[in-house]
Amino acid sequence: MADAVPYGRKTQRDSPVSDVHIVWMTSGLGCDGDSVSITAATQPSIEDVILGAIPGLPKVHLHNPVLAYENGDEFLKYWYLAAEGKLNPFVLVVEGSIPNEKIKKEGYWAALGTDSKTGQPIQTNTWIDRLAPKALAVVACGTCATYGGIHAMAGNPTGAMGLADYLGWGWKSVAGLPVVNVPGCPVQPDNFMETLLYLLYQVAGLAPMIPLDDQLRPTWLFGKTVHDGCDRAGYYEQGDFAEEYGSPKCIVKLGCWGPVVNCNVPKRGWMAGIGGCPNVGGICIGCTMPGFPDKFMPFMDEPPGARVSSGAIGVYGRAIRALRSITNTTVNKEPKWRHPGAELTTGYIPRSY
Amino acid sequence: MSTIAGVSKDTPTKSKNLVEMNWDPITRIVGSLGIFTKIDFDNRRVAECHSTSSIFRGYSIFMKGKDPRDAHFITSRICGICGDNHATCATYAQNMAFGIRPPAIAEWIVNLGEAAEYMFDHNIFQDNLVGVDFCEQMVKETNPKVLAKAETRLADHSNLHGYRTIADIMRALNPFTGSFYREALQVSRMTREMFCLMEGRHVHPSTLYPGGVGTVPTIQLFTDYLVRLMKYVEFMKKVVPLHDDLFDFFYEALPGYEEVGRRRVLLACWGSFNNPAVCDYTYKNMSTWGKAMYVTPGVVVDGKLVTHDLVDINLNIRILLGSSYYDEWKNAETFVKQDPLGNPIDQNHPWNQTTIPRPQKRDFGGKYTWVMSPRWLDKRTGDHLALDTGGGPIARFWATALAGIVDIGYIKATGHSVKIYLPKTVSLPEVEFEWKIPKWSNAIERDRARTYFQAYAAAAALYFCEQALAELHAGRTKTWTDFKVPESAIGCGFHEAVRGVLSHHVVIKDHKIANYHPYPPTPWNANPRDIYGTPGPYEDAVQNTPIFEENGPDKFKGIDIMRAVRSFDPCLPCGVHMYLGNGKVLDTHHSPMFGLQPNGKP
Repeated sequence: MADAVPYGRKTQRDSPVSDVHIVWMTSGLGCDGDSVSITAATQPSIEDVILGAIPGLPKVHLHNPVLAYENGDEFLKYWYLAAEGKLNPFVLVVEGSIPNEKIKKEGYWAALGTDSKTGQPIQTNTWIDRLAPKALAVVACGTCATYGGIHAMAGNPTGAMGLADYLGWGWKSVAGLPVVNVPGCPVQPDNFMETLLYLLYQVAGLAPMIPLDDQLRPTWLFGKTVHDGCDRAGYYEQGDFAEEYGSPKCIVKLGCWGPVVNCNVPKRGWMAGIGGCPNVGGICIGCTMPGFPDKFMPFMDEPPGARVSSGAIGVYGRAIRALRSITNTTVNKEPKWRHPGAELTTGYIPRSY
Repeated sequence: MSTIAGVSKDTPTKSKNLVEMNWDPITRIVGSLGIFTKIDFDNRRVAECHSTSSIFRGYSIFMKGKDPRDAHFITSRICGICGDNHATCATYAQNMAFGIRPPAIAEWIVNLGEAAEYMFDHNIFQDNLVGVDFCEQMVKETNPKVLAKAETRLADHSNLHGYRTIADIMRALNPFTGSFYREALQVSRMTREMFCLMEGRHVHPSTLYPGGVGTVPTIQLFTDYLVRLMKYVEFMKKVVPLHDDLFDFFYEALPGYEEVGRRRVLLACWGSFNNPAVCDYTYKNMSTWGKAMYVTPGVVVDGKLVTHDLVDINLNIRILLGSSYYDEWKNAETFVKQDPLGNPIDQNHPWNQTTIPRPQKRDFGGKYTWVMSPRWLDKRTGDHLALDTGGGPIARFWATALAGIVDIGYIKATGHSVKIYLPKTVSLPEVEFEWKIPKWSNAIERDRARTYFQAYAAAAALYFCEQALAELHAGRTKTWTDFKVPESAIGCGFHEAVRGVLSHHVVIKDHKIANYHPYPPTPWNANPRDIYGTPGPYEDAVQNTPIFEENGPDKFKGIDIMRAVRSFDPCLPCGVHMYLGNGKVLDTHHSPMFGLQPNGKP
């Protein structure tokens, strides 16, 4: 009996790809908050993916600096292998905004490792140039990497932008995938791990092309607004608005942008169904959006046209949806100063570089 | 493994076997850090250490002209593991600048959130990042003789934590496959759930505001928190003895290990957990409410408490240049000439700092870092002290213990120790732990204090939970105080980020931010030589580190250096606009045996 092959094994397919590497760069202009965030994920957890607890997946090798066993060159050897096309296949995850290194004469805004010939740091952008053409899929993790985020706000000195701004919005990987954007500041833990799992399935040939919207977001995660999933929407419908923080009512008057922001957090919670934003008393500041943060500041002011009376909702529902769609389009656009050109146009005037 | 960059020829030394070894990046920390050393393999010591990192974002630049109410949302994004500490500290500074005092229940909610952050962050850093330096796989590769000893060394507290030998503890710490590694990761999720109950989202909170919180205080909220907290309390009853066993074993197995990461006792703590009965956020009363914090602020020099007065601490902060990629701001605007008490404010104080970045090539003989050099002026001697935070807990305990003020039933500061009481849990009886002032400020004691502080945070949270429920039961459920942004104002916030001191200084003009400077722990720990030639704490500690690793240069992993570095809990994004500094050459005072001379700037 001990030698008998279980019936189930005959019915199960091994992954057509035996091993997949994840090369994870945290060296954009960021805070590592997305890497920290994914350690909170449980659907799936990082150990579920690494220890093979998901059926059908290839063996996954994670190279992330926050969690790696190795240090220094022993760790970076995977970067060099990937750059030489010897780490096949791999998924490149990029975290942090991409600085504009062209706006100054010398030095660096962001780097990882040291060039053994020059003794100078290797720019993050150099790594992106080396690795992106070799990766099967490229994932921008968090709002900094997707659209620029906080470090790309008006007046910034580094000319920071999102990965698709840097590579080009029409960019495709060797496997024909566009950049996959999973925004959020930080990224909601399970949103990211679920997307990564989907891509691993796709890489293994077990899933069709990942469905993305025009901002390159997975449609099943970002197709609805914060307001659509908020359990305080009932108060909104009744025109019953909170006048001060700490009230359980709808907080649009206090600065919540939920009606025009694409995000599932109020419905999903932050982790294990707990926490979130307007559902637990935190105004939505639009942190998943291409227009974040500039188009939502000052955060604590009431968004223009955010509030309507209950009567108006009933009568003018269609008109409101149309108006909202205009605002939604606006906040789904990045500010114009996030670009890879050689001029700094953020409003900051550098006198020292 | 390290890069062997070649045998050094330019450093005068008696050793013939001085080898340059670099690790870039150092992993298992937050942010990017490179360590560049010269190792003296004949004498088995680190002869020289430079540390460097590689990111500039420019917070103090792009915050200018923004709405002061946005400061906590923006500054949270400085750090991806303790962003909430920044958000909290920013609201403290906003409260002072706007002249508001949040309702008591809001303070308890913030304290519960921040306690959960300490419980989460120390736990994941200690057992999923630092712990790997002490795991079986690592010890096997670096010190096989030590692993052999660990196999036969029975753990003193196996009845409490369940691991028979020290080697069993090490195996449990192996990344991903180790049982304790995975248990700690899972616990780090539960503590983040506790955090999210109070502050909405981890790690950038959604429910914090100047004036209080948006969290709705309900019976459910505090119950959901408390039941998770008690599971953590039970976990701590195992974790504290487990780490005591592991760390004591290193002293026992490697005599002299106390020298790893050791430096002079120069510790800073800016205090944590405000007491709403005392804290009115006015600058004038800051000395009083600072001393009422549930972690006492203080500066500890050579084992003596120099001050525990936040006004004194504030007045003597100095931001120096020397080896950093910035132009000086001597002739830039002086935003604050004197504090609200009439004390003069220095041009090198954060209130008056102007950030002028000048990106350039890295030159270890000149400018090599984005980090500035924060110092604390000791008025007694006129010295600009390179204080460190020791990764947070050791400084918090040391200051709190010596001040002898905290006394909340679950926690008692005795003047020479801190007692922590944990009540009965589902399978374990009540326990009292006592953190005692150690003989050294070194890697092992920084790590040990971290574990004890996890218990401290849990005990404090039990008290905060009781206080919050008392407010709720009394019907005082308002969580927010309204305010108007003044036309002009100044403010400062003092807090403890997980890995040490945190201050935010704001100047408001025309209702906008005119100047904003956050100073988190990592710039204090990881800065370069300043204009006076004083090296940063971090390199100072690494440079004194003896080498116990059994490998020679060919297979050298630098484990003792890694343990020294990680004991400070480096968090590079905390450099804000700064970049991690670099130590320079050995100070001859600390290791006369090499006769090294400083080769950089004076």
